Amino acid sequence: MSRLLEARGLGAAYGATQVLFGIDFALDAGRITAILGANGAGKTTTLRAICQTVRTSGSVEFDGQQLVGKATESVVRMGVAHVPDGRGTFTALSVEENLKLGAYVRRDRAEVVRDLDKAYARFPRLAERRHQQAGTLSGGEQQMLAISRALMLRPRLLLLDEPSFGLAPLVVAEIFRIMHRINAEDGVTMLLVEQNASLALDLAHHAYLLETGRVALSGPADEIKRDETVRRTYLGY
Amino acid sequence: MDALLHQMFSGLANGCIYGSVALALVMIYQATHHINFAQGEMATFSTFIAWALMQAGWPYWVAFFATVAISFLGGLLVQRIILRPVEKAPVLTNVIVFIGLLVIFNSLAGWIFEHTIKAFPSPFPQKSVLATKFFTSHDVGSAAVMLCVLGLLYAFFRFTPIGLAMRAAAQNPDSARLVGIRVSWMLAVGWGLAAAIGAVAGMMVAPIVYLDPNMMSGILLYGFAAALLGGIDNPGGAVVGGFIVGVLENLLGAYVIGTELKLSVALVLIVGILTLKPDGLFGKQVVTRV
Amino acid sequence: MTPPRRSKAYWIAIALAAVALLVLPFLVKNYRVFQFNLVLIYAIAVLGLNILTGFNGQISLGHGAFYAIGAYAAAVLMDRAGMPYWATLPVAGLLCFALGYLMGFPALRLGGHYLALATFALALAVPQLLKYKKIEGLTGGVQGIVLAKPEPPFTFRFLDQPFNADRWLYFFTLAVAALMFVLAWNLLRGRIGRALIAIRDHPIAATAMGINLPVFKSMAFGVSAAFTGVAGALGAICVAFVSPDSFTVFLSITFLVGVVVGGLASIPGAIFGAIFIQFVPNIAGDISKSAPWAIYGIFLIGLMYAMPTGVMGMLGKLRGRWRPGAAPASSKG
Repeated sequence: MSRLLEARGLGAAYGATQVLFGIDFALDAGRITAILGANGAGKTTTLRAICQTVRTSGSVEFDGQQLVGKATESVVRMGVAHVPDGRGTFTALSVEENLKLGAYVRRDRAEVVRDLDKAYARFPRLAERRHQQAGTLSGGEQQMLAISRALMLRPRLLLLDEPSFGLAPLVVAEIFRIMHRINAEDGVTMLLVEQNASLALDLAHHAYLLETGRVALSGPADEIKRDETVRRTYLGY
Repeated sequence: MDALLHQMFSGLANGCIYGSVALALVMIYQATHHINFAQGEMATFSTFIAWALMQAGWPYWVAFFATVAISFLGGLLVQRIILRPVEKAPVLTNVIVFIGLLVIFNSLAGWIFEHTIKAFPSPFPQKSVLATKFFTSHDVGSAAVMLCVLGLLYAFFRFTPIGLAMRAAAQNPDSARLVGIRVSWMLAVGWGLAAAIGAVAGMMVAPIVYLDPNMMSGILLYGFAAALLGGIDNPGGAVVGGFIVGVLENLLGAYVIGTELKLSVALVLIVGILTLKPDGLFGKQVVTRV
Repeated sequence: MTPPRRSKAYWIAIALAAVALLVLPFLVKNYRVFQFNLVLIYAIAVLGLNILTGFNGQISLGHGAFYAIGAYAAAVLMDRAGMPYWATLPVAGLLCFALGYLMGFPALRLGGHYLALATFALALAVPQLLKYKKIEGLTGGVQGIVLAKPEPPFTFRFLDQPFNADRWLYFFTLAVAALMFVLAWNLLRGRIGRALIAIRDHPIAATAMGINLPVFKSMAFGVSAAFTGVAGALGAICVAFVSPDSFTVFLSITFLVGVVVGGLASIPGAIFGAIFIQFVPNIAGDISKSAPWAIYGIFLIGLMYAMPTGVMGMLGKLRGRWRPGAAPASSKG
């Protein structure tokens, strides 16, 4: 199993407030890794640290290249796609324009068209609304759009920040099913931040648990799922 | 009746120019949420460059396109070098920097090209099949040029990838970065385009009002009025606003308040819109479902 | 915030400065006295703008309009109504206060650059409005109004210089300026000043704390306009002439330069700013007609990069112990 991303001593701060205190974690290629923890533990910050949208220290090696200190745009061009919390859709643009933007840095026009069709096939509801303004979509549809846009990059690493947030359970279940399929069919490496620990542990292969900016524990997802003490202490169920 | 039609057509021709200035203002506003107070002076400076090139013997259209290219580059550099450092600074700081730019361009124009009023040639022959008693061939020609520019811009933003990227960067810079768009370069390109549009507007208006360092200050005011009327974040609205302001200016000037108070029309429009309907006629309310 | 304890040396310096100010007009030629008068007048105008923009954060690019209104009010009253020159000052002040207060209402809804835009439009439109033929009888149209310089109430010679009109006006203006500065200082150092600054930096919090935003903002506009209007009236008296083209948008920009150079939200800074805008054109005007404006532009931009708090802020940093006013918070406007 090759390591796609390795973070060592990763620190992050918003202004004067330190949020991550030198955490270590690694992502195996083709696997889904989950980051769990309570509010304020630093989960979202970890994703932002990878994308360099927050001030970071330490080291993040992505396929041999150092990410810390690079501009966000450069990290993206290396193949890292981020579905941010709040979806980050371009609400004033159409669904199709959002998807096209996902492929902005790609040069292979024909393949982009193929990926566009694939996205519509995977999410028929997006196909129905392809020329609609993205802001008029429901929460669930916007989440699908956000994920599809990220996939248009043909990313080597897909970062997902709280995909279940604010969505009805049925919609969430559908989205998680699709994420599983994306990983299984296309082999996309995923790093998933989730409040809903049980859903995340069902999907992921490996999990890290953050507590106030530090890694409290880590291990294979099904082990953590089975460990009752861990579940009750850290995950609340 | 003749006179009325004349005023209206002339107003529409002027409206093309006001609309273009308004469009340049809206483009910069959309991308940066700042109002470019220096837009007029930059356009005047560009027009002086064209004049100098023609004085040096360059044919009109060669000088025209060279000026547009130089202006594009100039606008891009202004954004990269002068505005980028204060991008995240408070509004007051930015306003002061914009006024500083206004003043520098104005004084540079005066320094290099002097304050004597100069004639600027029109590429459209005086006696031509297009001229009628309602409008001169320059009116038609400049309207055609401006509409061309507007059409090209529309196509650029609507159909090209970089146009789409610029729209995205203007609306949501954070998300734009997440798809790999180099947002600060998009801002620079936006400035370049705005400067280029201003240059064209300046070159179209100079034959009528004659070229001197303060040529565009009145026109800038009309441009502001048009931009606000159409909705400061709506490019199409800016164009429509330009036509409305152009016609209004002429009609009110001819029949209601006299030609000397024409600038006050713009002032009243601006204050009125800002007070009563800040979104303008077509200001977009983007629908977002929470 | 209690003011720092002033040492004896401080008061001796103040006394010396006062003596110097009183003797100054007799040490120099007439034309210089005239220039000093303008410095004092601009100081009042710049202070007016600073109250609104520096302390209260409402950006005005149109204060030249209030200056013009004050100037024309004085000129019309003196020339058409035969009012004595000193009586025109309170009238100009009140008139501009009322207009400024009224401007406060639309200004309430306009944040940041929209207010700048509206006031910029006003400044651009002023010369044309002043030239309007229908009110030519009052305003003198394009030609403007020529006034007579007020004669001093008594004459004498001191240090071999006569006590003439310009020197009399120097003391008159100095007295008015001193009065207005003391007024501003009293107004701004207490609760009102803190309220204005609070509105500038944290408007929502200020409202939550019970500060009546609309009233304060309109008052700030009114007071600011009154100061600049009084300066305008003084200007008309000292220059003895008003015409529409003296009051273009560049006058408003000049005042802004004065505020920026002297220091946003600094009362003494108004004096530095006034000195700057009076003497830079004199010195640089020899190089070229456009040079002063190029310098203004460079200072406007350069100061925003390097010294956002202006000369006073720099002095304060150098001195370390005394903080002038309170510079704007660097929150996004």
